[in-house]
Amino acid sequence: MIKRIVIFLVLVMLAAIFLNLAANYSEKTSLSPLAHYYAEQGPAELGAANLVTAVVVTYRGLDTLGEVTVLFISAAGVGLLLRRTRRKADDEDLEKGDRAEETAGVHKPASEIVETATQLLLPMVILFGIYVFLNGHLSPGGGFQGGAIIASGTMFLLLALPESHISRLMVAMTESLSGFSYVVIGVLGVILAGGFLDNRIMGLGTYGSLFSAGAIPLIYVFVGLKVGFELSAVLDRFRKEDTGPL
Amino acid sequence: MSFLADMQISLIVLCSGLGLILIGLWGILTQRNIIRMIVGFSLLDTGIHMVMVSIGYVTGGTAPIINDAVPMAEATSRIVDPVPSALVLTAIVIGLGVTAVMLSYAVRIYRARKTLMIDECTESKW
Repeated sequence: MIKRIVIFLVLVMLAAIFLNLAANYSEKTSLSPLAHYYAEQGPAELGAANLVTAVVVTYRGLDTLGEVTVLFISAAGVGLLLRRTRRKADDEDLEKGDRAEETAGVHKPASEIVETATQLLLPMVILFGIYVFLNGHLSPGGGFQGGAIIASGTMFLLLALPESHISRLMVAMTESLSGFSYVVIGVLGVILAGGFLDNRIMGLGTYGSLFSAGAIPLIYVFVGLKVGFELSAVLDRFRKEDTGPL
Repeated sequence: MSFLADMQISLIVLCSGLGLILIGLWGILTQRNIIRMIVGFSLLDTGIHMVMVSIGYVTGGTAPIINDAVPMAEATSRIVDPVPSALVLTAIVIGLGVTAVMLSYAVRIYRARKTLMIDECTESKW
C-alpha cells in the first residue's frame, strides 16, 4: 500500500513539474544561433541538402559513431544472451514442461498467400531501404532509417518463411566490414580534410544531385548496411528454431 | 474544437509527449509483468522523443531540407531547428538497442523461471 502511495506521489509531483513546463511554453519564432549557423553555412560548407543529415553525419559525426557503437554493443549483448549453445539444455527443459504447447505455434507454416507476397515484396522492400540510405543527403531518410527498412524486410521473411536460413557468417562479415570502412573514412577525414569524419575528402559535386555532399552518401551506405545487417541479426536471434550451424 | 485550433501545434506535441512520459513511468513502476514494463519503457522513450522534437519547432517552419521548395536565401526563416531532430534520431536508435537487450533478458528470465512476473524473481529484492 505504502508503495502505491509513493508511486502516486512521484507521478503527481512529476506531473506538476510538467504542467508548469507546458504552461510557460511558448513556440519559438526564430532559430537558435547554432541552427542559424547550420542553415546559413551548412549547404555551402558540406553540400548536403538535408540539414539533419549534415548535422548527424558531419557536424556531430562523433555522436553518430557512438550511436553505431551502442547499437553494435546491444546487438552483441542480445547475441550473448540468446546464444544457441544453450539450445540443448532448453530442449530438455521443454520436454519436461509444456513442449506440445511451445512447438505447436512454431511449426505452423504461413499460408501460400503470405509466402507468395513475401517473395514478390521482399526485393522491393530491400530496394526501398537502399534507396532511402542512398538519398539520405537529399531527402528525409538516411543510414539508420534505410537500415531499419532492410531489417523490416528480414522480419517479413522470418514471419512468412520461418525455416529460411540467414547466413550468420555473411551477416557478421558485412557488418564488420562496413563498420570498419566507416571508421576508415573518418580517419581519412583527419588526414585529407579538416578533421575526424569530415566529408570533404571527396569533391562536393553538384548541389542537390545524387553524387554530391562529399563522403556523406558513402558514410550512409556503410551505416545503412551495418544497421540493416545488425538489426537482422538481432531479429534472427529472437527466432525460436535453430537453423543449422553458424 | 475551437480551442484546439488556437493551440500551437508544438504545444499539442509537447503535452502529448509529457503525457506519454507519465504513462510510461507509471507502467514501469506499477506493472509486475516484464513485457508490460518494457512497453512502459517504450512509451517513456517515445514521449521523450516527442518533447525533444516539439522543442525544436519554429512557428510555421518546415523540414530542414534545402532544395527547390525551400531556397537557400529563405532557409534561415523557414526551417525548423535541425539539431533536436538529429538528436532524436540518435535517441531512437539507442532506445531500440536498449529495448532489444531488455527483451532478450525477458527471454532469459522466462527460460529460467517459466514466468514473466517480476514477483517470482525474489533474490534481487531488498
